[in-house]
Amino acid sequence: MTTVTDKTPDRQEPAAPGRIARVLDSDIFHSFWRSKVTVLSAFITLLFIIGAAFAPWLAPHNPFDLATISILDARLPPIGMEYHDPSYLLGTDDQGRDVFSGILYGARISLAVGFLSVFFAAVVGVLLGLIAGYVGGKVDAIIMRIAEVQLTFPAILIALLVDGVARALVGNLDRERYAFWILVFSIALSFWVQFARTVRGSTLVERNKEYVQAARLIGIPPFLIMIRHVLPNVIGPVLVIATINLGLAVITEATLSFLGVGIPPTQPSLGTLVRIGNDFLFSGEWWIAMFPGCALAILVLAVNLLGDWLRDALNPKLR
Amino acid sequence: MTGQPLLSVKDLRVEFPSRRGVLTAIDGISFDLREGEVLGVVGESGAGKSLTGTAVIGLLEPPGRIAGGEIRLKGERIDNLPPAAMRKLRGKRIGMVFQDPLTSLNPLFTIGDQIIETIMTHLPVSERQARDRAVALLEEVGIPAAGQRLSAYPHQFSGGMRQRVVIALALCAEPELVIADEPTTALDVSVQSQIIRLLQRVCRDHGTAVMLITHDMGVIAETADRVAVMYSGRIAEIGPVRDVIKSPSHPYTIGLMGAIPSLTGDHDRLTQIPGSMPRLDSIPTGCAFNPRCALTMDRCRVERPDLIPAGESQAACWKLLESEEASR
Amino acid sequence: MLAFTIRRLLQAVLVMLVVALISFTLFRFVGDPVNQMVGVETTPEQREALRERLGLNDPVLVQFGRFITKAARFDFGTSYQFRQPVAELIGRRLPATLELSFVSAVLALLVGIPMGVYTGLHRDSWLSKLFLSISLIGISLPTFFIGILLIFVFAVTLQWLPSFGRGGVVQLGWWSTGLLTWSGIKALILPAITLGLFQMTLIMRLVRSEMLEVIRTDYIKFARARGLRERSINFRHALKNTLVPVITITGLQLGSIIAFAIITETVFQWPGMGLLFLQAVQNVDIPIMAAYLMLIAFLFVTINLIVDLLYFRVDPRLRVERAAH
Repeated sequence: MTTVTDKTPDRQEPAAPGRIARVLDSDIFHSFWRSKVTVLSAFITLLFIIGAAFAPWLAPHNPFDLATISILDARLPPIGMEYHDPSYLLGTDDQGRDVFSGILYGARISLAVGFLSVFFAAVVGVLLGLIAGYVGGKVDAIIMRIAEVQLTFPAILIALLVDGVARALVGNLDRERYAFWILVFSIALSFWVQFARTVRGSTLVERNKEYVQAARLIGIPPFLIMIRHVLPNVIGPVLVIATINLGLAVITEATLSFLGVGIPPTQPSLGTLVRIGNDFLFSGEWWIAMFPGCALAILVLAVNLLGDWLRDALNPKLR
Repeated sequence: MTGQPLLSVKDLRVEFPSRRGVLTAIDGISFDLREGEVLGVVGESGAGKSLTGTAVIGLLEPPGRIAGGEIRLKGERIDNLPPAAMRKLRGKRIGMVFQDPLTSLNPLFTIGDQIIETIMTHLPVSERQARDRAVALLEEVGIPAAGQRLSAYPHQFSGGMRQRVVIALALCAEPELVIADEPTTALDVSVQSQIIRLLQRVCRDHGTAVMLITHDMGVIAETADRVAVMYSGRIAEIGPVRDVIKSPSHPYTIGLMGAIPSLTGDHDRLTQIPGSMPRLDSIPTGCAFNPRCALTMDRCRVERPDLIPAGESQAACWKLLESEEASR
Repeated sequence: MLAFTIRRLLQAVLVMLVVALISFTLFRFVGDPVNQMVGVETTPEQREALRERLGLNDPVLVQFGRFITKAARFDFGTSYQFRQPVAELIGRRLPATLELSFVSAVLALLVGIPMGVYTGLHRDSWLSKLFLSISLIGISLPTFFIGILLIFVFAVTLQWLPSFGRGGVVQLGWWSTGLLTWSGIKALILPAITLGLFQMTLIMRLVRSEMLEVIRTDYIKFARARGLRERSINFRHALKNTLVPVITITGLQLGSIIAFAIITETVFQWPGMGLLFLQAVQNVDIPIMAAYLMLIAFLFVTINLIVDLLYFRVDPRLRVERAAH
């Protein structure tokens, strides 16, 4: 990476390039740039994240501001079709809301639910996995049994059940207020198992190593050591699971919202937008459902491609 | 060497293209194998001995490829055969025994299934005949109650027994050559010599030539007629076993001999070759052994030595040339 | 083998008990059943009488026992919204869901396995790359959106196939089937593709990765070294070894197909139990939710049991090891 210009005696670390240089030269970095698809997916994902984060500034219209939307603008087709309005790039929905702005705001909610639920699932899963693997015995058996029973139920079903229970507990009206967090909670609840299983496996391996026994002898709380040594080992797999689950979480959120048990239409996510648009499919206003749906599909596809690449890059054995 | 050799390898090169350039794993090796002969191929792991075997039987895994030289079986070139022709040749004319009998048998099929399928693939026999032949083969390799064991699954056999089955499988279509790739490494020490003796006996009975790949000089001494010592993808020394063991010429071979413990002999300290074999991407110029060799001369660092006759055998070392000239 | 089966059965019963406990908790403690059954004008005395009559004042364990014995006789009480026995409601909807799920599963297997084998064997051919790209898209497209796309293309634009309902249905005893009428089959096509596509891509990718793994094993190399025919190596020796994991995942997938049917049934207004369950969630109809949960768990447990027994057919190692125990 560096060229030696003169032979000054100042050559203390000839074989130790900086951390950044090492990253730049690593196989992961190379495999990233070599795969055009991966670079493209990373770019698309980034675009979505930026678009979602800065939606209030980027969106040409505010779909939630009742003062700016007019029912007269309802069901305008996207640019390029007859009767379009140039200020509505992708047309408008039945309320006169701009579809493109709706997608930006919708992606904001979809991604927020996705990131938060995966984050909680990872935290809970990693912790439970560490505990199960480290403590072992009955605790391990109970945690893993729960995990097993839960694995038999698809995430969507668990999320639906949690939602049903939440409705019963807080009432149908209050539910709308808490819908976002109920959704995050129910998706997180259905995704923790995979994290827990992976971490538990690594913990079991690590626990029996001698340095852990040694640490116990010196009087260092072995649990601390475990965290310090197990976490770095599982960070790769956890990252892969998290990326793949991010795609799944976004799909689950969209599906629940589409089914009408997720995010309410007042703060539509991408799934809610498709649900709204679905009613107009037969009357010819296809864009109301199709554009949000395609945005959703592209987002998930990009995230999945990233996850695929990450899995292959971190586990060359699988290739 | 008179008459046509059974197997003749000339200037064989095997390469692996990789991100950081092409790696040459086998760099121009040549050797012959006569009918019924046992050739031992020794070397450290990574010396290219297994690759030589897989190249001969045409099973190099991509991206590995034969980049030069030729392989002839009874004079007929086989390194450039179309896949279908090569497939017919494998098992029929060249058999192979793998290292680990625990993993080389398909766990979901009975050994009878596996032997009978192999026989019927290569020989024009009925299933009945194939079955009889399978029983006879299993008996020959020392499986008791062979008739009943046909319907047993691999996991019902011990490691040694499985390797016997593997040998029977390799021999079931009467190949002229068997490549045995570390056939005893994965076995218990107690059964290793049984298996080696079995392989030797069965091949002698069938007149099959053997290319015995191993890192165990003891096995070679016991079994082989001739031996090729490999280092860094090249042949360091090749010749009759007695010669090579008694009076090794190449410094590397001398080092290897120093590393065998002898049961009967003196209690000298085992000598050890300093350093380790270079990685494929950093093979030094000249003689690949030069950084570890005690006798390195200037020429060794620049020019690669070819095989030079040394008594009955040949070795790739510049020292030989020097001593030859000196004795003249 | 027998011991193993019995142990598996016991495990299955345990899972069912846990699920029953969850269902019971839902039923008993989430939302007061009495409130759901009476009007506003009911007096506290009448409520109390109803509580007594329903046994809601008994010890919880007694109630749980009663819940289980009733559940075993498919008695899940009365739906809050429809005022009809839950078992009857579900029974009427069950055939539609099972037919849809079964056809989708068969479709997923029949297409997914050959595609997986092909892409595993010919890693670098353009067709493999095409299959893989399609599968990635299949995994990334949410099921409901696939359904909407199919409706948009084949029902709205081309008008070839119906977009909702089951079409003509023939009654065979208590079972209603749409497989015997032309309109029933036509109505089944789009929902079955929608439901099966995701599973198909999963199965394909699974078979592919297993195939890649198996092809690297020593016994496949040894089979090649013996000069066995390519077809026999690929389809006899390799494929059979990929089957164990494939059976496991497929078993689990079949279960989730029934659950995923909720989405497909919503998109296509398919009159199955998924739609019923979704309405129950939206209207907090706890008896239906509880019953559906039990039913799904039962189907899952049964499928898992069958999967475990299938292992014995495929893998001889299990037969012996288990017998030795």
